[in-house]
Amino acid sequence: MVTREQVWDALAEIPDPEIPTISIVDLGVVREVAVENSTVRVEFTPTFLGCPALEVMREQMAERIRELGAEPEVQVVLDDSWSTDRITPAGREKLRASGFAPPAPREAAAPKLVHLQTGTFKCPYCGSTDTRLENIFGPTPCRSLRYCESCRQPFEQFKTI
Amino acid sequence: MNAQALLEIADDELILGWRNSEWTGIAPFLEEDVAFSSIAQNEIGHARALYEIAARDLGTTADELAFDRRPEEYRSSTFVELRLVPDWAKTIARHWLYEQADEQRIKALMESDDPEVAGLAAKIDREETYHRMHAQMWFDRLQDEPRFLAALDELRPLVDRRREHIPDFAEFWEEMTVVRRSVAGATW
Repeated sequence: MVTREQVWDALAEIPDPEIPTISIVDLGVVREVAVENSTVRVEFTPTFLGCPALEVMREQMAERIRELGAEPEVQVVLDDSWSTDRITPAGREKLRASGFAPPAPREAAAPKLVHLQTGTFKCPYCGSTDTRLENIFGPTPCRSLRYCESCRQPFEQFKTI
Repeated sequence: MNAQALLEIADDELILGWRNSEWTGIAPFLEEDVAFSSIAQNEIGHARALYEIAARDLGTTADELAFDRRPEEYRSSTFVELRLVPDWAKTIARHWLYEQADEQRIKALMESDDPEVAGLAAKIDREETYHRMHAQMWFDRLQDEPRFLAALDELRPLVDRRREHIPDFAEFWEEMTVVRRSVAGATW
């Protein structure tokens, strides 16, 4: 019989469809894994509700679980259990290494525009905080665009959610 | 939570998302092309999640609620239905007015007795934070522009008007649902 650890390990090999440098487990979207006899139940939650990769992720998880010889039951949970604070330390480092600035920790209150407009965000290439907001929105809903004044590189900043 | 009340919000988000997406490729500059496309994607995502909850109560599916109802069954406000392309001042005025009104509505949903609705509303609110920032940024930039102020005055009374649809709503509905209806029985 398959164990929870085996399932977690298998899911940790699935890359995020839009940012393949990070796995869906590092992203923190897999919320629960439960094994009952030959059925594996996985609860996961999308980062953003409009995420077009939802079905792809669900199918990939089901596929991995079938490969372990179990019957998958993948449930999408649309509650408030995901925040960018759930991205693991390893996941944050993988994001940074591939040029995505990891999200700032979420504070008690929601993020504010004045905060985004300050230069406290770190460039993932040179580490400078001399960066400015180019656009709140980016190529996917989870990213903003910033520009580093120090190394003169535009970069993508994961939004704090 | 009353499924009809959820439908009202879901219809607003679907149709506004559709209207916002009309800027994709033709916005006045690239940043706004990206912004409006992204906001449209989020709004349609919110609509889908709200339709899913309503669909369970009504014994149907999210897709059927979004695309298979007759035009007269939609509960959207006239405000979100208006086609504002290519008027940027009006588009920003609607965006700012909508985000303000929507914030109140979402905050109220977060207090719902139904934990599923409250949880979803809280998730929606996290995303809407960025829409509000974007709308406020534009408000600050345009607040002294006569065209923008005139647009606010014109649109403000329409924010929650649901007595009737826009005159060409049936044509809009045709456009929005044509792909869905193009192949009978397709499940896409």
